[in-house]
Amino acid sequence: MSNSGYVPNLPNKPLWLLAELTYACPLQCPYCSNPLEFAKYKNELSTDDWKRVLREARKMGAAQLGFSGGEPLVRQDLEELIAEARQLGFYTNLITSGLGMDEKRIKAFKDAGLDHIQVSFQASNEEMNNLIAGTDAFQHKLEMARLVKKYDYEMVLCFVLHRQNIDQIRDVLDLTVKLQADYVELATTQYYGWAYHNREHLLPTREQLQRAEPVAHEFQERLKGKMRIFYVVPDYYEVRPKACMNGWGAVFLTIAPDGTALPCHAARQLPGMEFPNVRQHSVEWIWNQSPDFNRFRGFEWMKEPCRSCPEKEKDFGGCRCQAYMLTGDAANADPVCDKSPHHHVITDVIDRAARIAAGRESVARPILFRNPKNSRALLEAEAKQPETPQPA
Amino acid sequence: MAEAKEIKPTGKVYGADSVPQIVRGKRLQWEEAQNCWVILYPEGMIKLNNSSAEIMRRIDGTRSVAEIISDLKRAFPGVELDNDVYAFMEVAHEQQWIRPKPAQ
Ligand code: SF4
Ligand code: SF4
Repeated sequence: MSNSGYVPNLPNKPLWLLAELTYACPLQCPYCSNPLEFAKYKNELSTDDWKRVLREARKMGAAQLGFSGGEPLVRQDLEELIAEARQLGFYTNLITSGLGMDEKRIKAFKDAGLDHIQVSFQASNEEMNNLIAGTDAFQHKLEMARLVKKYDYEMVLCFVLHRQNIDQIRDVLDLTVKLQADYVELATTQYYGWAYHNREHLLPTREQLQRAEPVAHEFQERLKGKMRIFYVVPDYYEVRPKACMNGWGAVFLTIAPDGTALPCHAARQLPGMEFPNVRQHSVEWIWNQSPDFNRFRGFEWMKEPCRSCPEKEKDFGGCRCQAYMLTGDAANADPVCDKSPHHHVITDVIDRAARIAAGRESVARPILFRNPKNSRALLEAEAKQPETPQPA
Repeated sequence: MAEAKEIKPTGKVYGADSVPQIVRGKRLQWEEAQNCWVILYPEGMIKLNNSSAEIMRRIDGTRSVAEIISDLKRAFPGVELDNDVYAFMEVAHEQQWIRPKPAQ
């Protein structure tokens, strides 16, 4: 999504298919955007189910395919799915932490026709990385980054930045230069799922951003023509929301590991929705007919201030999930927007991040690593007392 | 749609003997749903107009620009296209769709 180059006036087609093959993952990133309750969804789609989904989506005009998760490498049929996707004409992207990869597999992916690999990193140095990732993964990742190049892929590295590692941005970029990366995404944490739960630990302060940005620009300038660096300010620090997913049900289709179809990978948490499942419905029906995919299409559903806003065609009122999480109503404006009457929830969180970073206040709860045990514990707690977002 | 004529090439990279190839990570294919040739790249798609597609389809990393031009002339007899092809090569280079193959 970082550099979506889609022609904006294309007819309504699910151009981008995100196949979340599994929620299983050897890492435990506290900024993971998977749903907190992922441990609940055990019933993964079979190889044949996925092949059918790929065929149906392709027939509807899907051209881009991302294999993600969880960690897609956990699926032993990944090679087979890549081959099928490529044969159907998809541009195939693998979004991976690199764990579970070895030379044999990368060669098999190449032979199957995989077009592109993105390796995600947690930080620039071993301790931080192991701390953030909760496992001893770093050396292996460096090795994988090198292998990607050896097999004639662009080396595309993604670093998720947050309060705990953003001050190391220079180390991160030095490392990418050493690795001779082609493209580096300095991704800002998106506060969904686990990241939302851990937000007080993760949201960088304004000062941190003010220090980080010139460093990113310095490297961009210095490496022009050699390495592309993509850097964005977290949306919490903006006054206009992101055009989330290019609009609800506009180009993006996510299929979760259990076959649930979502207009955005974070949408699962929205109340009052029963997202359709590819086990029961065709992709065609889901995209064109299902009530949930039509729910926030167009502009009719909007409330003020979006409804009469001249900018609504630019940002579609922002992110439905963020609106729900932060205001209690998914049809509200994304409170990142400073026209939103709820915008103060964002500035409050930013102010609190500053006080926490300065040691004047402490976080309400310890950082929670994303793993099945914690997920089950949250499910049990929720069974006793449902956790609902606090309307502002 | 990335319109070839919108971009002004800055230099002259391609001569008659240059052998252009599509860059790593980009793929040219006929896209039924769009009813045109497209270049696919990570997370994006560029739709090509007919003349761009005719040239791009002939870029295979073995044919030189001169060979591509004569091939096009066979396919479209009587069309004066040398300059257009050279101009296209520069634009496609600027757009990072193609690179000249290093001389052996
Ligand atoms: S963010 Fe981390 S824990 Fe979540 S799926 Fe990716 S690698 Fe696994
Ligand atoms: S009011 Fe709504 S449509 Fe207007 S800029 Fe803000 S979020 Fe976008």
